[in-house]
Amino acid sequence: MKTDELINMLGTNVEPARGGELRNTLMIALATGAVLASCLMLAIFGAPAGRFAGLKILVLAFALGLVVAGARFLIVSSRPGELRRKPLMLIGVLFLALVSAGGAALVRAHPAAWSGMIFGPQWAACLICIPLFAAAPFASLIWALRKGAPTNLPRTGAIAGLVAGALGAAVFAVHHPGGSIPFIALWYGGSILLCALVGAILGSRLLRW
Amino acid sequence: MLAGFDGDAAAHKALLTRLSGNLRAYFKTHLARIGKGPADAEDLVQETLIALHTRRHTYDRSQPLTPWVYAIARYRLVDFLRRTRASARDVAIGEADHVLANDDPSAVESGLDLERLMAQLTPKARQAIRFVKLDGLSVSEAAARSGMSESAVKVSVHRGLRALSRLATQRSR
Repeated sequence: MKTDELINMLGTNVEPARGGELRNTLMIALATGAVLASCLMLAIFGAPAGRFAGLKILVLAFALGLVVAGARFLIVSSRPGELRRKPLMLIGVLFLALVSAGGAALVRAHPAAWSGMIFGPQWAACLICIPLFAAAPFASLIWALRKGAPTNLPRTGAIAGLVAGALGAAVFAVHHPGGSIPFIALWYGGSILLCALVGAILGSRLLRW
Repeated sequence: MLAGFDGDAAAHKALLTRLSGNLRAYFKTHLARIGKGPADAEDLVQETLIALHTRRHTYDRSQPLTPWVYAIARYRLVDFLRRTRASARDVAIGEADHVLANDDPSAVESGLDLERLMAQLTPKARQAIRFVKLDGLSVSEAAARSGMSESAVKVSVHRGLRALSRLATQRSR
């Protein structure tokens, strides 16, 4: 085929491009993912008990901060030729703050209490449930990103995994906020990073176009 | 130059024609370095034009056009090299300006066979593309003739072009 013929075909009856479409699609995917993850949580654990206080608020703030920063990054990274590092730095700062808070809590506690703080109740549940709850948001984010044009697939996939993991963590925290800050830093932070790693591996396959 | 993004067909053709020259020069330079010929370059030009067209909603009007075009061209090039088992590391990262620095208006035929690719589309998408994109019928004429609603025709054309883009890059996989 000659290139002129292709241009003729592409340039016949052109529909106007809708610039805001990309952002809307991602927001819809995010909302859908959050609803699906919450439904799964309710189906497994039932209605959450206990008040919103202390550690629960800390985990929710951390996770939602990651979701906001990650979503902003995803909007940019599904547009070719643009790169803003600010959201990535914000993600780094959030992790750094949580890990330092966890470290500070350990330093102030007696070493004999460390293993109790780190291997608090349900550390395994954390590691299993967060990726489980992250699956639906990850699928919906990948669906949305495929409508864009990401050019760095592992990085986009990693951030999609991170956002999905953070949503999963937020949903899980409504039920089991964990017993201490070091516990949250290790098991919540670790599970979210695990989701990001899986996202990077899957992303480089699923996001190809 | 960007009027084509608002639906101005003539402006869109003019933009794609101009970019095709720039893209041809860009791909030829890079492919010559790894010993590939102008026919491969023409394949890439066409794959990139389809990508630019079907993903034009990813262009942010507040940003310059060149880096957007360049990023898509480079992505197509890296994908081509991966498909053909050459190394992406052979592609210099270079400046975004390079892609628009040269023009090359030659007319080598690509290996893309539109009819053969069209045959792999769903009947609905194939008919919509034939009416709207090849025969030049308006969307409402195409809707009347095929018995679909106008929005269904638009959706079929859009999906069909995306599918063509995917089929075009899968040929050499």
